[in-house]
Amino acid sequence: MAKIKGTIVVDKERCKGCGVCVASCPCDVLSLSSEVNGKGYPAAQMAVPDACTGCASCAVICPDSCITVYRQKFE
Amino acid sequence: MAEVEIKQENLVYAKPRLITDNVMHYCPGCSHGTVHKLIAEVIDELGLAERTVGVSPVGCSVFAYNYIDIDWMEAAHGRALAVATAVKRLKPETLVFTYQGDGDLSAIGTAESIHAAARGENVVAIYINNAIYGMTGGQMAPTTLLGMKTATTPYGRDPRLNGYPYKIAEMMAHLDGATYITRQSVHKPANVRKCKAAIKKAFQRSMEGKGFSLVEVVSTCNSGWKLSPVASNEWLEQNMLPFYPLGDIKEVK
Repeated sequence: MAKIKGTIVVDKERCKGCGVCVASCPCDVLSLSSEVNGKGYPAAQMAVPDACTGCASCAVICPDSCITVYRQKFE
Repeated sequence: MAEVEIKQENLVYAKPRLITDNVMHYCPGCSHGTVHKLIAEVIDELGLAERTVGVSPVGCSVFAYNYIDIDWMEAAHGRALAVATAVKRLKPETLVFTYQGDGDLSAIGTAESIHAAARGENVVAIYINNAIYGMTGGQMAPTTLLGMKTATTPYGRDPRLNGYPYKIAEMMAHLDGATYITRQSVHKPANVRKCKAAIKKAFQRSMEGKGFSLVEVVSTCNSGWKLSPVASNEWLEQNMLPFYPLGDIKEVK
């Protein structure tokens, strides 16, 4: 069965760690990093990468436009 | 299973082209960034990047011109719609919109805003309503909810002392010149998508000469509300939306 998988790339230095993406992810993929970026914010990251479907909910709501979403179909 | 390849053909969503690389000065989780992004996407989709003039207000979004790569003018406090009127009348082929907060559009700028709507100017007002004066430290605004705590109403807004909040979108809907009035929010991905559609419709109507449009975006101010960004979005849904219900208020075909 074909499966659609997604992944995200977070611009870590642009991210402010607001966590709105974490709350918006329907598949509970995201979490905030335990490390901080140059400004002291914990950037968003994929905690459960396999569950990502590439729906882009996180990127759509991100106020700082720091999430890029990719999606691929596997046969 | 194989990993998703990071390449152009798999790209679903990326930072809009018209959003600059400057890191926004807004607090983490602020609705302004999301609405900026929607405006940038819509302008690019309509192919109007080279002939759009935005008018920025006084308030947190005074620096909007640093973040969206179009032409901008900066208006005096509350006067954005007066400036937009002039720009649109002198250059009718231009898409002209204002980006204003509730302290700008519905407090100090009430007269300019109401009269621009009454004249039916072919401009769009993007109205960010977070029920508070965010930039100056979270004081009460005319839109502050009853009982809501702010820096100047520490025991909650009391109507006997502070009066009642008002809904400028409903007020403008009574004016014949205002032809599209809608209220949206950006606290959930689905709402963000609806808000984008509303902004696009307003911009298209403006270019078709159909009159004045107001897109109110019920927004958060997590610093002013003293809540985390995620808790602010929940507070908005529980407290703001009952008083400021979402949806189209007026649309003249």
